[in-house]
Amino acid sequence: MATPRESGSFAALRRLFDSRIAVLDGAMGTMIQARCLGERDFRGSRFAGHPKDLKGNNDLLSISRPDVIEAIHAEYFAAGADIVEANTFNSTSISQSDYGTEGLVAELNAAAVAAARRAAAKAQDIEPGRPRFVAGAMGPLSRTLSMSPDVNRPDFRAVTWDQVVSAYLEQARALAAAGVDAILVETIFDTLNAKAALFALETLFDETGTRLPVMASVTITDASGRTLSGQTIGAFYASIAHANPFSVGINCALGGRQMRPYVEELASIASCYVTCYPNAGLPNAFGGYDESPADMAAVLGEFASNGWLNMVGGCCGSTPAHIAAIAAAVRGIPARRPPAQDPSMRLSGLERLVVA
Amino acid sequence: MSNAPRPAASQFIIIGERTNITGSPKFARAVKAGDWDACVAIARQQVESGAHVIDVNVDEALIDGEATMVRFLNLIASEPEISRVPVMVDSSKWSVLEAGLKCLQGKSIVNSISLKDGEEEFLRRARLVRRYGAAAVVMAFDEKGQASTRDAKVQICTRAYGLLTGAGFPAQDIIFDPNILTIATGIEEHNHYAVDFFEATRLIKATLPHAKVSGGVSNVSFAFRGNNPVREAIHAVFLFHAIEAGLDMAIVNAGMLAVYEEIPKDLLERVEDVVLDRRPDATERLVAFADELKALQGGGSKMEAREDLAWRSDPVEQRLSHALVKGIDAYVEADAEEARKDTARYPRPLNIIEGPLMDGMRVVGDLFGAGKMFLPQVVKSARVMKRAVAYLTPFMEEEKRRLVASGGTARSHGRIVLATVKGDVHDIGKNIVGVVLACNNYEVVDLGVLVPCERILAAAAEAKADVIGLSGLITPSLDEMVHVAREMRRTGLDVPLLIGGATTSAAHTAVRIAPEYPPGVVHVLDASRVVNVVGGLLSPQAKTEFMADVAAKQAKQREDFAARRARKPLLPLAVARERRPRTDWASADIPRPGFTGARTFRDVALSDVVPYIDWGPFFSAWELHGRFPEILTDPVVGEEATKLHADAQRLLARVVREGLYTANAVIGFWPCNSCGDDIEVYADEGRSSTLATLCMLRQQLEKPDGQPNLCLSDFVAPRESGRLDYVGGFAVTSGHGVDKLAASFRAAGDDYSAIMSQALGDRLAEAMAELFHKRARDAWGFGAAEGLSVADLIRERYRGIRPAPGYPACPDHTEKRVLFRILGAEASTGITLTESCAMAPASSVSGMYFAHPDAKYFGVGKLGRDQIEDYALRKAWTIAEAEKWLGPYLEYEAG
Repeated sequence: MATPRESGSFAALRRLFDSRIAVLDGAMGTMIQARCLGERDFRGSRFAGHPKDLKGNNDLLSISRPDVIEAIHAEYFAAGADIVEANTFNSTSISQSDYGTEGLVAELNAAAVAAARRAAAKAQDIEPGRPRFVAGAMGPLSRTLSMSPDVNRPDFRAVTWDQVVSAYLEQARALAAAGVDAILVETIFDTLNAKAALFALETLFDETGTRLPVMASVTITDASGRTLSGQTIGAFYASIAHANPFSVGINCALGGRQMRPYVEELASIASCYVTCYPNAGLPNAFGGYDESPADMAAVLGEFASNGWLNMVGGCCGSTPAHIAAIAAAVRGIPARRPPAQDPSMRLSGLERLVVA
Repeated sequence: MSNAPRPAASQFIIIGERTNITGSPKFARAVKAGDWDACVAIARQQVESGAHVIDVNVDEALIDGEATMVRFLNLIASEPEISRVPVMVDSSKWSVLEAGLKCLQGKSIVNSISLKDGEEEFLRRARLVRRYGAAAVVMAFDEKGQASTRDAKVQICTRAYGLLTGAGFPAQDIIFDPNILTIATGIEEHNHYAVDFFEATRLIKATLPHAKVSGGVSNVSFAFRGNNPVREAIHAVFLFHAIEAGLDMAIVNAGMLAVYEEIPKDLLERVEDVVLDRRPDATERLVAFADELKALQGGGSKMEAREDLAWRSDPVEQRLSHALVKGIDAYVEADAEEARKDTARYPRPLNIIEGPLMDGMRVVGDLFGAGKMFLPQVVKSARVMKRAVAYLTPFMEEEKRRLVASGGTARSHGRIVLATVKGDVHDIGKNIVGVVLACNNYEVVDLGVLVPCERILAAAAEAKADVIGLSGLITPSLDEMVHVAREMRRTGLDVPLLIGGATTSAAHTAVRIAPEYPPGVVHVLDASRVVNVVGGLLSPQAKTEFMADVAAKQAKQREDFAARRARKPLLPLAVARERRPRTDWASADIPRPGFTGARTFRDVALSDVVPYIDWGPFFSAWELHGRFPEILTDPVVGEEATKLHADAQRLLARVVREGLYTANAVIGFWPCNSCGDDIEVYADEGRSSTLATLCMLRQQLEKPDGQPNLCLSDFVAPRESGRLDYVGGFAVTSGHGVDKLAASFRAAGDDYSAIMSQALGDRLAEAMAELFHKRARDAWGFGAAEGLSVADLIRERYRGIRPAPGYPACPDHTEKRVLFRILGAEASTGITLTESCAMAPASSVSGMYFAHPDAKYFGVGKLGRDQIEDYALRKAWTIAEAEKWLGPYLEYEAG
């Protein structure tokens, strides 16, 4: 079997990441929420008679309110983002099945990428010569492969590996067909789910003969410094390094300040590019986020000046104002140079085991 | 403890073999019997014994290998103390290996692939191993069979290495197994097997960069099965030389590694002869020696594998706690039984659950909260808990039966309706809560996810729920929870509401949800706390105190929140004034007091005051927290509180009997009107002249949902309303004599009684304020019909308020000067004001009376520069003076 060739976006992204710290966009959900859309917006005329509530199914807006999605992307490009994430975080059949919209996967991903592409084209018209990229977002699922939802049956799993792989493969095919520049497997809280997503991507690359840059981003959920499925950051990286990710990083759940030790550790062990797009602080009591653009920019600017980062951006609670401030804060700071891989064997359970 | 073969080999990786069905009869029996607990215990024993990796092999003719592998790997995935180490998935069947790889989140090792089925199949499997994210053991085996000589081993490994690295398989993820074959079998050609292995290892390590070498050690000593001391010695010797040759890892019984240096010299010499093939008669010599040894020792191993069982000798309470924290359920039933038999300590089985078991869960909750445990461990603890509870349940049911038989009534623990709210699909946490509650014998009705409000209400009614629990993870769920709370109130529900989930918080619950639902809303931080909370809510004895505690904490959180929120821009004063509450003054009930002007009461009989004492704050003053009188029976502080209370009663009786304190009071009423935020106090009802102006401050924080911005003057009819209103004032003291008494105690070295004297003085002053407020309401007329008990009075269940200058509703202490002037308080009560407007003696209280039926206490909160400028003008102060007196309330930096 022939080894898949690298997509054209590979070289362009590598040029960007080698020349400076790249800027990813900020939160999509926060921006949608700020628009106070109602059930009617989510349904549009097409889903007016849908039997389940659709409000909250943000990905569906790519079909019912593509104008809103494109406008949000445009705001992030205007704020200085090099890369935006298509509105596809939950566009898998498994996640959509909560809303009874699991049949729409191909269409959701196509519509979302199209909206992002339109915004990218307009941004490039405004600032010719500066490439703008669209990454397909592949989020976690509400069902996990490493954990049982039933404590009485610890061996039980609500979903199988094969189901997860096929759901992600369906999404990945649609994203690739729609022309994304990269795939972002993000907000990883169960590494086994992420490994299934990476498995699906390898399968896709074999099918198409083209390899896309794959970015992976994990979520450290709390003070334990672990993923929800219990892994340390080192164990996580050992678990996914086989997929030769273009970049690896940390996003969501914590604010940048709380992520500091984990970003530092990741930067010290990863042989690929390192990314960080935290929430705008920890969620406050009201589900809002308190960190101002200046706060976030200060934290990420400090990480960048330590030589830890190749890409910055924002997750929940961040806005174009945050992205503009972050972009300004890292401007002129040299990007991290990934170290050469040292030839140790790295195994992992919940913790990492290095065999020199 | 790790029994690494020798110190120099600290980098050596031990792969535990006891979870290998072919190497461990005990594991084989457990797998075949479906005794999963035993299987998991064996894995745990390997890790506790120092295994860096565990080898899992379930190859057995009569076992469904795929299903068994999946089940066992899923089981140990929920045992963090096992799953912290990587797994080596071991099978001769590719389908079993693949099934295993689909269960492992970590980077694992596949054992094994080989060239046995040809290059194409070898590379296909290698590519898949890589895609699943694992390293691979490659056996020195090819199309022709297993390599036994040095050269065959090296040749096959070199070929495999070339194929793998050529296909992009990383060299460092290749682990060669050059076959450890059995020696000392009596067949001469086997004698050199160990040396072949050492030499092959040395060559592989030297010529195939970054590749690793591993092997299954037990096989080497197979000829001596049944003679563990000799086998252990052979393993130790073999490992010693193999590691020297470059062996990186080995599959061994992690609990049974002998130490090379500790092998008796005579045995060591004979074993080395065999392993290193040093003399032709080596085998016979070792066999003879082994027989002697066996006759001597009975074949037992000198290094028994044991998990660390030191904790088993602790008292039963600690054992239960240990089992919960560590998630070990092997002994929990025996321990529960032991506790149950101790009927002196635990008269009822329920006492064990509520006592040591819940204590253990609290430890778990605290560790979890502190980030020292993580979710899988907590879930495991819940399982141990369930097991203990399940064990105790029949005894509780028996108790219930006996109770019913003897004419009593059996009370079910309670029924809880749980739901993830509409718009949210996250339910892992809610499921855990459900299980934990079920473990504790609550009946749980779980409505699932995306549950609309109406269904929650209907289910709660249908199930006659005792408690409703709402869960949510995403931000908009917070609003939905507020909505559900509002609807619960609207539809007349009165059962407690629990709030949980990742975005929820105690603060949000206090500020946004609790005010919507008066019967009570409790935030539950995590599943480990839920039983305490529900237990508190459903116990008729504990509920009042529990809810009072929750209400107090929530009130504090609301204050803190208001204080924090003050950083947000305030409303301009004009806008805040526009948002004052509206009263229809034309129809308002404005009672006329029975007298106007001030009246003095000197030498009030303390015996009249004592019944009005609120003892709650008395205990707080002594840093004993809890409600009175419940605090007297509190398990922790009850004894101390009871003693303190008795001492207080004794001293109080003496103070009253001997008249040690003098109690004076003055109260007054005046006609008045509000004028903007000021209250104009008139000399007479004809308003012929203004006696004084009381200057009040207004809230400037933006309020939610049309709630007004309050100022005390809002409770007084404005001049332009055409109605005449009345305001009251008071100053009371019981403090004359307090300092003297305290000083006399102090002089006698009795600080305890000195502090007690002061604390009693304060209580009496507050009681005076309550007593005279009652008299003021009586004078106003509406007090006469109150018919309230003292407890109700203390809870302020009456019309009107008595805010004190310097406190949140009117934070300017200097208003006391105005009040004291119109009351003539200094002359009539002997209270003086210090230059900073504190009252002397300290056991004194002063304030204003408002009779408006809607009058309530509130905090003015932060003040904007515009209000400070306006206030300075009204008080005829400079801005600097206003900023000085109101410093803590300024929203801006003064100066």
